[in-house]
Amino acid sequence: MTQNPHHNGHSLHQPILLGNARRGYRGVVQAIDPHRGTSSLQPVELESRLIELGFVEGAKVEVLHEGIIGRDPIAVRVDNITIAVRRREAMAIVLM
Amino acid sequence: MSSVESHPFNLALVGTPNSGKTSLFNALTGSRQKVANYPGVTVERKTGLFTTPGGRVVSLVDLPGTYSLRGRSPDEEITRDVVLGRKSGEPVPDLVLCVADSTNLRLTFRLMLELKATGRPLMLVLNMYDIAMRRGVTVDVEKLSAQLGVPVVTSIAVRKGGTAELLKRTDEFAAQATSPAASDHWRPLSTSELRALQREADRIIADCVSLPARPHTLTAQVDRVVLHPVAGLVILVLLLFLMFQAVFSWAQPVMELISGAFEALGAFVQANMPEGLLQSFLQNGVISGVGSVLVFLPQIIIIFLFILLLEDLGYMARAAFLMDRIMGGAGLHGRAFIPLLSSFACAIPGIMATRVIDNKRDRLTTILIAPLMTCSARIPVYTLIISAFVPAKEVFGWINLQGLVMFGLYTAGIVSALTVSALVKFFMWRDYEPAPFMLELPDYKLPRLKSVGIGIYIRATMFLQRAGTTIFSMMVLIWFLASFPRPPAGATEPAIDFSLASIIGHAIEPVLAPLGFNWQIGVALIPGMAAREVAVAALGTVYAIEGGKEAAEQIGQVLASKWSLATALSLLAWFVFAPQCASTLAVIKRETGSWGWMGVTFIYMFALAYIASLITYNVAVAFGAG
Ligand SMILES: Nc1nc2c(ncn2[C@@H]2O[C@H](COP(=O)(O)OP(=O)(O)OP(=O)(O)O)[C@@H](O)[C@H]2O)c(=O)[nH]1
Ligand SMILES: [Mg+2]
Repeated sequence: MTQNPHHNGHSLHQPILLGNARRGYRGVVQAIDPHRGTSSLQPVELESRLIELGFVEGAKVEVLHEGIIGRDPIAVRVDNITIAVRRREAMAIVLM
Repeated sequence: MSSVESHPFNLALVGTPNSGKTSLFNALTGSRQKVANYPGVTVERKTGLFTTPGGRVVSLVDLPGTYSLRGRSPDEEITRDVVLGRKSGEPVPDLVLCVADSTNLRLTFRLMLELKATGRPLMLVLNMYDIAMRRGVTVDVEKLSAQLGVPVVTSIAVRKGGTAELLKRTDEFAAQATSPAASDHWRPLSTSELRALQREADRIIADCVSLPARPHTLTAQVDRVVLHPVAGLVILVLLLFLMFQAVFSWAQPVMELISGAFEALGAFVQANMPEGLLQSFLQNGVISGVGSVLVFLPQIIIIFLFILLLEDLGYMARAAFLMDRIMGGAGLHGRAFIPLLSSFACAIPGIMATRVIDNKRDRLTTILIAPLMTCSARIPVYTLIISAFVPAKEVFGWINLQGLVMFGLYTAGIVSALTVSALVKFFMWRDYEPAPFMLELPDYKLPRLKSVGIGIYIRATMFLQRAGTTIFSMMVLIWFLASFPRPPAGATEPAIDFSLASIIGHAIEPVLAPLGFNWQIGVALIPGMAAREVAVAALGTVYAIEGGKEAAEQIGQVLASKWSLATALSLLAWFVFAPQCASTLAVIKRETGSWGWMGVTFIYMFALAYIASLITYNVAVAFGAG
């Protein structure tokens, strides 16, 4: 399954967030916006942690697995490693 | 330089989690520190000495893995402080070895650039080079070294001779090293600096590393099943179930051999030694007491085997992923799963492992409930009572009923741990905001026979050592209490009725009587505060002395004849909860830094134990099992 811009509709107005992506979704990180989502972390801390795990602009991501309750957390392929992260933190990752 | 020769050369291992730092430490120093295939195994600094081929004495320090020097959790702070030389009384490292997993270089390279900015002398170690080569990853080491501006070596920590190059380059470096400057250039990086470093790292990788055209797929294929939302959970439950069944079924033949040997030994002592105090001490104190605990060695080996295999395979991080939201319902963090599963072996390493949890509340809750997980020291108690009271028949054709009861007791531990955690969350931390769960899922690796073997060997020797020290000394005490004062001449009652043990046991009997415990159990529970197995050994001794002539009889059979089923069930319930382990309480004190939390643990577990036993006993009596 590849990214389908038509399927995801108004990508110009409403960016695609990793936190909303379903299993099989592939994309490229466009920006980290730590003010999105509802993480309990301070925005700077959240942003730092995501970068430290390889979520930087241009990184290729793919949602590999979803948890059973609320499809959360998700296991994401970031370039060549796999990271487990909750959706509320993944909301800060804007894709294209 | 003579000043360099006079003190050891200080080397520190730094790197992202799971890159093989501890494997290198073990390979270089010949130690046997814990290695496993998940991030966050090492949570303490460990130091070891070795001599290089060039004859230089090196003091090597192994550190917890970290993605940056920010120090988000207690384990990562240790790494930062050692690297920056902030800990007083700690030598500043002369050289920092930045250890990278060669199949996964992005994050380490960024860390490496951050380390470089501190001004510490650095060397990059491309570890797991065997896996990288197998997958077709090629690294232009010369070019990389030129671009990074630091020496670069490859290594295979788990292969003989795999560290030769590292040693050679360390010697070369040390020969021209100057004393490390204590200057401290480091400050936390801003997010834009972090980004810039990651870009730079990615650029260097693109320049010097060629990745295989086809990505590694085996892990992905296995994960498709193991991380499937439904199948994954079914597999997890089956694995745990298999583990508890195995503890019962597989160990049985060996256990019978061991207990047979001790019986024979006891009979031999009885037959060949003059009757008297020494004979009683050897037969009742040493052989019946310590022997009754040693019998459980095979079961403890099996449980450790399971946990070690899961750890080395790379399953633990997956289990944490599967359980994250489910545990979240009970107010626990997903990362708490690994410490809690380790607590099935022993709560002490489990409590230590909570250091990887960065949120203080999450960590504290996990520490409070870790002792409720069924540790291997409960196995002797459970097994003894189950074998005496539960028939060994098969249900549904293949499930061993005794194994099923064991599984039930493990479940009781898990359920009560989750309940306590949910209550803590509800009453104390209602404003609680879930802390983030972010965890790298490492590629699967085949467990290495040697490392599993060493792991088991270490645990088995630790168990034997405990049997030889704590348990043995407690046994001497109990034998003494149960044998003195001697009965007056011509007394017809069993000798033990005149002893201190009997006096103590009868003194506390009123408190324990509502639980269905007799005075012998009371006597066993007191020294059992030191360690749970001691209770079994103590029962062995007390009943052996009381039994007199039939002392050679197996303790299980004695219990079956002396206790009602209700008493047995009540004692099982007691051991699910009771904080009968001094070392665990000590570790809680150390890790929380407070007597208060230790006290809370002690009191809440005792309260639960008392209530659970009271209910169990009365319900069982009501059903006619009294
Ligand atoms: N094939 C191979 N496996 C390795 C090598 N080095 C380490 N491993 C394996 O990689 C896993 C992680 O090793 P550890 O030594 O525990 O890693 P660590 O860096 O100490 O991890 P943390 O303490 O969690 O930071 C283990 O399963 C090791 O057996 C290597 O050179 N080759
Ligand atoms: Mg380690």
